Formats: sequence, structure tokens, C-alpha cells
Amino acid sequence: MNTLICLVSLLPLIGFLLNGLFRKSMPKALAGIIGSGTILVSFIITLVIFVQVKKEGFEPITVNLFPFITSDTLKIGFSFLIDPLSTLFMLIITGVGFLIHWYSTSYMHEESAPDYAKYFCYLNLFVFFMLLLVMGANYVILFIGWEGVGLCSYLLIGYWFKNLDYGTAAKKAFVMNRIGDLGFLIALFALISQFGSVNFDEVFSKAPTASTQFITCVTLLLFIGATGKSAQIPLYTWLPDAMAGPTPVSALIHAATMVTAGIYMVARSHVLYNLAPFSQTVVAVIGSATIILAATIAVKQNDIKKVLAYSTVSQLGYMFLGLGVGAYTEAVFHVMTHAFFKALLFLGAGSVIHAMSGEQDIRSMGGLKKYLPITHITFLLGCLAIAGIPPFSGFFSKDEILTAAYERNPVYYIVGVAGAMLTAFYMFRLYATTFLGGFRGTEKQQHHLHESPGAMTIPLIALAILATVGGFLGIPEVFAKNSNWLGHFLGPVLGEHAPEASISVSTEWMLMGVSTVLAASMVIYAWGRFSKKPELDTPRGIGKWMADKWYVDEIYQALIVRPLKAFSGFLDNVMEKGVIDGVVNGTGRLVQYSSRQLRYLQSGQVGGYVLLMVIGIIALFVVQLFLRK
Amino acid sequence: MPINYYIFLAIALFCIGVAGVLTRRNAIIIFMCVELMLNAVNLLLIAFSKMHHAEVATDPNAGINGQIFVFFIMVVAAAEVSVGLAIIAMLYRNTHSVDVNFLNRLKH
Repeated sequence: MNTLICLVSLLPLIGFLLNGLFRKSMPKALAGIIGSGTILVSFIITLVIFVQVKKEGFEPITVNLFPFITSDTLKIGFSFLIDPLSTLFMLIITGVGFLIHWYSTSYMHEESAPDYAKYFCYLNLFVFFMLLLVMGANYVILFIGWEGVGLCSYLLIGYWFKNLDYGTAAKKAFVMNRIGDLGFLIALFALISQFGSVNFDEVFSKAPTASTQFITCVTLLLFIGATGKSAQIPLYTWLPDAMAGPTPVSALIHAATMVTAGIYMVARSHVLYNLAPFSQTVVAVIGSATIILAATIAVKQNDIKKVLAYSTVSQLGYMFLGLGVGAYTEAVFHVMTHAFFKALLFLGAGSVIHAMSGEQDIRSMGGLKKYLPITHITFLLGCLAIAGIPPFSGFFSKDEILTAAYERNPVYYIVGVAGAMLTAFYMFRLYATTFLGGFRGTEKQQHHLHESPGAMTIPLIALAILATVGGFLGIPEVFAKNSNWLGHFLGPVLGEHAPEASISVSTEWMLMGVSTVLAASMVIYAWGRFSKKPELDTPRGIGKWMADKWYVDEIYQALIVRPLKAFSGFLDNVMEKGVIDGVVNGTGRLVQYSSRQLRYLQSGQVGGYVLLMVIGIIALFVVQLFLRK
Repeated sequence: MPINYYIFLAIALFCIGVAGVLTRRNAIIIFMCVELMLNAVNLLLIAFSKMHHAEVATDPNAGINGQIFVFFIMVVAAAEVSVGLAIIAMLYRNTHSVDVNFLNRLKH
């Protein structure tokens, strides 16, 4: 069992090393096989582990590989923790990851062989770090994975680094993440100073002894880390720009896995969050604000990937809302269903972009239904799932979060339903503009339109099935008793959550009905409106504000980037060029000047030399006889 | 006779030598002043070795090494004088002058 656990994370690392070291001589087919094969084997091993974990009476396994940091009483081991929560994430990462690797073998086929191998090498490294993140048995290992996935995200966003804008997007993602990471790091040090340990079990068992203020501080700092990685207000702006990377990367890293790292971390630390009600409120408020902000921006975007990116930010907001109201299982459930349908939507978008020869603007698409039948059907299923139409997966997970939110505070529920309506609206605006109506692109593009090859459609179909039925893993108790398999599975880690305890079954039915009816009406409205008359004009008024992302980037530019640049410019021009260079050059000039003056002492006059000698001797005498104590 | 007189005499001689070296420009006079300083030191050495040695009361030969030093100094001074005078003679042949202030080209 221990060997298997190590193998899960080791295999992607081996794939990374093989593809990375031999990328110059690696044929494309082999690079693809190594890249996706290692993940497939990892997935199979994870399934074996999962079967063990699923058994009744399973106790979490901790695998200690080697001591990582030992300093006085602080001992940090390089160890893995296998429990239902980490196993679920491992399944998502390796399962969805494998499908996306497979899809990539076809999507990236136009790249040259070394670049192709480089792509898979980064992707494997990403999976390795992501597994490290969810398998780590302490915060330090989690942090290693956390930083590693950030690095891979940077490398993959900037995969086409010859385009300067893409490189800038990569840097933006990295810098924004670093801001969050600082919060995480400070929380880590605070935990070490308070508890003398970073192991999950030790920290959680000692947590009740600490003061509420301390726990609140730590959880807020951890949450800052989560806002960076999981693209929440105020650090979300990197995620839409991260769409510069290849589409499968957007699917894997910036939709299905990496951005859910923050959710995982908060869910893992739920013991701490339960002790800090203020932090929970902050998480819920930030989550709900993000839902609305990102959803309104998504409504007016015309880039197929940008719409999906903002929808990801918005869906992550749902997960944080769930975490904030204490519905950890539901949030993790939404992570899972979101991984399915968002990966599906991104891969579908990739298939569309592939068919449109790189065109991403939905205004030049339209009527793709008859050219891309498989992509169309799977994309539609994905849209239904994210819009929360029963019985697709998004319905179950989103409604469970909304119910839990209602239980805490009806305002959260209203915000969540408004977000759900917007989601349904923009997703079907996207769907109708892309797939319905008449084709609006050029003749050449129309001629080129074709359904993607099997390596791309099969993962789409697999994900579409998962997105459709994935929700049945966590059917709310209100439908049938003891049907919430996921809640039961995660119960030992996250605690059983029972919304029925405080709100009646009829209220729950009503809440569910309201959100479904509203979402469905939005679907019908958007479908009808945009299939006939797509929105092609430049938006005006408030629509322009939404299309321009509420000018958040500009505000950041004006409030943070410009002052920082001005300050850096001041440091560069005044401190660096004036003070520091002045001191350094001044020292040199002083030595040169004084040497030039001293040179005149060498006059060649013997008398002068002797005089100095005598003065020196007299000085020595004076020192020797009078000044020495 | 107390040793003080010898010391004062030696200091006076030495200071005259130093002043001579500092003020005179004639190389030969400077040379003589250097000799004066050396001999002032010789005088001190002898005076101390003969009169101020701790064991001079019991051992008539005590402090003999001070006097031996003096011989060394005299020998070295003689050698130095022969070399120095030769240099001065050569200088004079070349420049028709023994003025040290005129001989400042060593700085280059």
C-alpha cells in the first residue's frame, strides 16, 4: 500500500524527467505516450487506493518517507496522508488529468517535437506537484506543492513565450500568486511558533488551545493564500489573463485542478475555520462577491475562453461561499462536479478553436452545430451542468451549497441564486452565439471547419458522461435517505453536515425549485435571444463597464502598479543612481583625489624626506613615552 | 663622573647631526652630520656599557658587548663612508655639484 501511494506521485515525476531530459531526441508519439501513460498508471493506482479507502472502518494512512526539516524540536517529515479527502482529489487530478493529457496529444500536434515534449514535461510536473499538494501530511508539503503548481502554471501560461503578451500574462499570474503565497507563508510560521508543528493532525488537535484571535489571524492569512491561488477578489485578475496558455492547460490547471487548491486547503483546515467564525464570514462574503463580480463580467465577454475563465472565477466563488458557511463537503462536491463540467467546457472550447484555426472570438463563430456534432452535444451538456439544470451534476452541488448558505444567512442564498441566473444566462449566450444561428466567419474558416479527431472527442465524451452523472454521487438527503454517498465518504474528514437539521424539507424543496426555475428561465431566454440575433455590437453604458471588466485591472494599475513603479523609479533614480552610486563612486574619487595630493610629498628633495622621517621618529617617541598607558 | 654628562653630550651631538642633515644642502656636510649622529650613539653605547651595567662592580668585563657593538658600527660606518664618498665623487663628476636639492631626479 505504501509503495502504491508513493508511486502515484512518483510516476508523473518520472514522466517529467524522461520528457524533460530527452526532449531533444524524443519523437512526438513517445512523448505523448510517456506523458499521458504515466498519468493513466497513476490514475489506476489511485483507483486501487480508493477501493481500500472506501472500505468500512478505514483509518487514514500516513506514509513517512524521510525527515525533511529537523531543527531542534521542530520536526517536519516528508510524509503523505491518505484519507477520503485527499483520495477524492487524487482521483480528480489523475482522472481528469489523464483525459486532458490524452486530449493534448492531439490538440498540440502542430508543435515541433522538442516543444511537444516540453509541453508534456511541464504538464507532468504540474500533476506531480498537484498530487504533492493534496497528499502532503503537513502544511509544508502542501506548500511545496502549492508553489510547484504555481511554477508550472507560470511555465504553461507562458508556453508560447515568444508572444510578449503571453509572457506578461504568465508573469502576472506568478506575481499575483506570490502575493497570496506570502499570506500562506506567514500563516505557516505562525502555526510553527504557536504549535511547534505543521502536521495536520497535531495542529488540529492542538487548535482549541489557541486563542480565537490567533486562529482568526492564521485562517485569514491562509485565506489570502487561497484568494491568490483560487482567483478570488482581490487577486483574481490573473486567471482570465492565464487563458494565454494552450487550451488544455486552461482546462487542467486553470479550471479543474490548480485553482481548486485553495478550496482544498481551506477544507483541509476546516477545524481551524470552525474555530474562527469571523474568518468564515470573510470567506463567505468574498466568495459571494466574487460570484457576482465575475458573473457580470462574463456576461459581456466575447472571447470564448474569457467567458469560461470568468465563469471559473465565479464558480470558485460558490465553493468559497460553501466553505464560508461551513458546508465543506458540499464545496468539495462542487470542486468535483466543476472539474468535470469545466474541463469539458474548456476542452470543447479547445475543439472549437481547433476547428476555427485559432479564432477565439465568438462573434466570428455561429452555426457550428452542424460542423462539430460531438463537440456541440458535449458542450451543451457542459452548459446544462454549469447552469444547474437537473439532473446534471452542477445542479446537485450548487443547490447543496445554496441550501447551506440559506441556512446560514438568506442574503448569501439570494446572491448565489442571482449568480446562478447570470451563469445560466452567459453560458447559454456563449452556447447560442457559438453553435446556433448562421456562420459568421470567413469563407476560408468555413472551408476548414471539421470535427476534431478521436483523441479529442473521446475525452470530451468521457467528461460529458461524468458531467451528466457526476452529481448522483452526492444526491441531497431530501431526495432519498442515505443517498449522499459523497457526504458519507468525506464524513470522517470533514464532519457530517446535515442541513435538514434546521430547515424543513419543504423549505429545501422550495429553495431548490426557485433556483432551478430561475436558472431554467434564463437558459430559455438566452437561447431564444442569442440564437437568432447574436450580440455583435460594441456594448454601451453599463454593458461597456462589464465588457471592460469593471475596470478592475485599470484600478489596480492606477492604485498599486503605478505608485509602485513610481516608487521603484524613485529608488532607481534617486537612491540607486544618487545615493548608492554616489557613495561608491565618491569613495573611489576620494581615494584618487587624496592620493593625487599625497603624491606631492614625493618631491625628490632629500631634505624633505629626512624631515618627515625625523617627524615620524619624534611622533613615535611621543606615542611611546606619553600616550601609552 | 655621573653618566648624565655623557648622555647630554650624546644628545647634543645627535641633535646637531640631525639639524645638519635637515638644513645643509652640501652632500659632504650631510655625510659628516650622519657620522656625527652615529658617533653620538657610539658614545652612548660605551657610556652605558662601562658605567651603567648592573654587574660592573663585580665583573670588570661586564657590558663588553656594548663596546663590541661600537666596533661594528664603526666598521659599518667606515664601509658606508667609502661607498657614499664614491657616489658623491661620481655625482660631482657628472653634475659638477654636490647640492642635494639639485639631485631630485630619483623621484622619476
